[in-house]
Amino acid sequence: MLPLQSPSKRRFKNLIALTPKRVFKFPIEGKNISPDIFAEKSAKEIAALEMWEGNRKRFLGELFDIKNDSSASEEFTIKIEGDVSKVRNIGFRMSMGQIIVDGDVGMHLGEEMSGGAITVSGNAGSWAGSQMKGGTIEIKGNAGNYIGAAYRGSTKGMNGGKVVIHGNAGHEVGCFMRKGLIKILGNVGIFAGIHMNNGTIFVQGNSEGRAGAQMTNGKIVLAGHSEDVMPTFTVDDIKAKVKVDGEKIEGPFYRFIGDLADKGKGKLFVSKPKNPYLSHYEKYLE
Amino acid sequence: MTELIVKNGFVYDPLNRINGEKMDISIRDGKIVESVKENAKLVDASGMVVMPGGVDIHSHIAGGEVDTARLLRPEDHVKDVEVKTALTRSGVGYSIPSTFTTGYRYSRMGYTTVMNPSMAPLHARHTHEELSDTPMIDKGSYPLLGDWWFSLEHIRDGLIEENAAHIAWMLKATRGYAIKIVNPGGLEAWGFGRNVHSIDDPVPNFGITPREIIRGLCKVNTMLNLPHTIHLHTNNLGQPGNYVTALESMKCVEDLAREDRPVLHITHIQFCAFKGADWRNLKSGAEEISNYVNNHSHVTLDMGQVVFSDTTTMTADGPFQYGLYHLTGNKWVNHDVETETSGGIVPFRYKRSSAVHATQWSIALEIALLIEDPWKILMTTDHPNGGPFTSYPKVMVWLISKGAREKVLSKINKRARKKSLLPSIDRELSLYELAVVTRAGQAKALGLKDKGHLGVGADADIAIYDINPERADPAKKFVAARKAFTSAAYTIKSGEIVVKDGEIVKPVFGKTYWVDVKTSMSHDVNDDIKRKFREYWTVEYENYPIREGFLYAPAPIAVKAEV
Repeated sequence: MLPLQSPSKRRFKNLIALTPKRVFKFPIEGKNISPDIFAEKSAKEIAALEMWEGNRKRFLGELFDIKNDSSASEEFTIKIEGDVSKVRNIGFRMSMGQIIVDGDVGMHLGEEMSGGAITVSGNAGSWAGSQMKGGTIEIKGNAGNYIGAAYRGSTKGMNGGKVVIHGNAGHEVGCFMRKGLIKILGNVGIFAGIHMNNGTIFVQGNSEGRAGAQMTNGKIVLAGHSEDVMPTFTVDDIKAKVKVDGEKIEGPFYRFIGDLADKGKGKLFVSKPKNPYLSHYEKYLE
Repeated sequence: MTELIVKNGFVYDPLNRINGEKMDISIRDGKIVESVKENAKLVDASGMVVMPGGVDIHSHIAGGEVDTARLLRPEDHVKDVEVKTALTRSGVGYSIPSTFTTGYRYSRMGYTTVMNPSMAPLHARHTHEELSDTPMIDKGSYPLLGDWWFSLEHIRDGLIEENAAHIAWMLKATRGYAIKIVNPGGLEAWGFGRNVHSIDDPVPNFGITPREIIRGLCKVNTMLNLPHTIHLHTNNLGQPGNYVTALESMKCVEDLAREDRPVLHITHIQFCAFKGADWRNLKSGAEEISNYVNNHSHVTLDMGQVVFSDTTTMTADGPFQYGLYHLTGNKWVNHDVETETSGGIVPFRYKRSSAVHATQWSIALEIALLIEDPWKILMTTDHPNGGPFTSYPKVMVWLISKGAREKVLSKINKRARKKSLLPSIDRELSLYELAVVTRAGQAKALGLKDKGHLGVGADADIAIYDINPERADPAKKFVAARKAFTSAAYTIKSGEIVVKDGEIVKPVFGKTYWVDVKTSMSHDVNDDIKRKFREYWTVEYENYPIREGFLYAPAPIAVKAEV
């Protein structure tokens, strides 16, 4: 396991730029691309970090051109220019600094991160922000499934921090989420907030349905059209506005409580104007 | 001819009454011998403790449940990965390690023989395939026969000798080592969504009681001269107030004892020593259990120690596991193995802060320390139910050091600490007694004549730990002792050095023991049995037994039965 380093003790002003030397065909294990690991190293030492390309062991310097610009940034920054959609686990367990990806990025971006910031101009693969505890991830394009989710089999999902996706996200966003915020400005797949224990998920666009299945607590806000509301949710109120991350979202919204199949007390807000088919619920509110 | 001499160690060999004497052990061709030539390879054990290789009477390391648990718990594996080396294969842990990792980890702790205590007869093939893939250790497996239909029918009809002949056939068919009984009658009832709640509750559709099953199989065990006794997981396991059931189960075979030999082994006694009406006023039944065992010699027990960790519970006791699921709300598997048995798996975290878990931790140690004769109580964690076997070193130091116990006591739940008997127990097991509860006693209870001792003719399975009892009392220096037990200085398996300084230096494969019982009465293969197999099993009678040559390294133990 990689050592965690305390961000408060040191302040690095540095920028490392990585450019892929070629188009990657095989999956690459990128656990070593993290500000915590780069911080104390020279460009030469960074080039000597181990990576796996498929089943071959490589050095970072074999896969990327490395440029060190020591005066260019306020914070320790890793800038990746080019397509790294085959590279997974970038920013694994990072606790400080920032990673800027100018292009697409692979699976498990920022997994278990506890601080710092990651910005992606393109799309991200599945599992971005999985089990993260702090920090922020911003994805300008689309993202895959299991954003902020728990590891397979585990019940410990995202436990803090913030993920913002400007495009669409896939299925099971925020699976087993415990804390933090996931904001999706595009559409979302099925089972957003499945098994959620706490935290907030906001979806600006449409949802493919089954949101909040087995949630026990927390808040899901669906501001667009939703294919359905699970039958194990009960309508509770109609709210004119909902607060998400300090910001007031105009509604009105139906507020549902669930998932009752798991004795849940989670709150599911579904836009009233975008979902006229839910109007029959109103008779239960009188 | 390979010769080896272990020189100058402090030897603890309870079966030969050797208590820490400085002596040499000579080894030739995998056996311990009187002497070897001068050019024999030298293992310098000066200032170290030399014990027979560890023996584990009860550890779920293979079979249907173990494998299903592996599938159920990817999050258990991801946190504990073993990387491939030049000698060893890669694998994963933690509470349900993969087969190779299981073998390596046992060997690193100086263990050389491990028994897999729960094998649904229908899963025997699978279990043996996994055992054949488990390196470094000798092993065996106990088929679950407490709810086996034919046996229940024989018991109902009073056909005790026919039952014995049938069980002998079953042991051969499954390549089994002992008769395992889990919640007798309860698993059959579980097939219909019910359970039995005392040893006198009737079993649905058979009209017999758990008492009759235990007694019936106990008689069969004696008739067949099996090396081990019946291996019983009691009714009402894990229920408050169940120490009564455990005591009744021991009492019900009192009259079947022959000379002073045990006729019953109750496994993971901690899980059936609960006193109190419900979980809130759960107390320890350790005093009652240990009192009884101190005054009777027909029972042996193993601890089933709880270790505070994130583990996976798995037993053939379906109804118990169903209850555990309701208690935890965790993910779970429940399984009905056709007509034979059931099974259940629930991941479980034992927490120091929980009054119940902390009381459980205390109970097993209380029993182990209150029972005066260490040959009657053996050390296990019921891997992985109480905790993974890799925590044995912790349990060992709790047994030998009051200081180590107090360190944990100070950190556990207050209510549990108040109720615990441990502060009033000053006993600390000596290294000699520790060798009894971790190897000699286990081998004796199992009837393994070549294991658990270092006498001439024994298998050369030896563990050497870097503990110098002359220089420091391990009860005081328990942290160092725990480290020494965690990584053996040397493990010698069948006369070869397989571990040095806690690292595997030579991968080897052990044998699989099974009991080949010769009965004069032949097993009655009638049309009725064949018809039942056809109607109720997915496997035909003809395909049911494991064939010759299926096991990688079989080691049949020939036994002559009385019937």
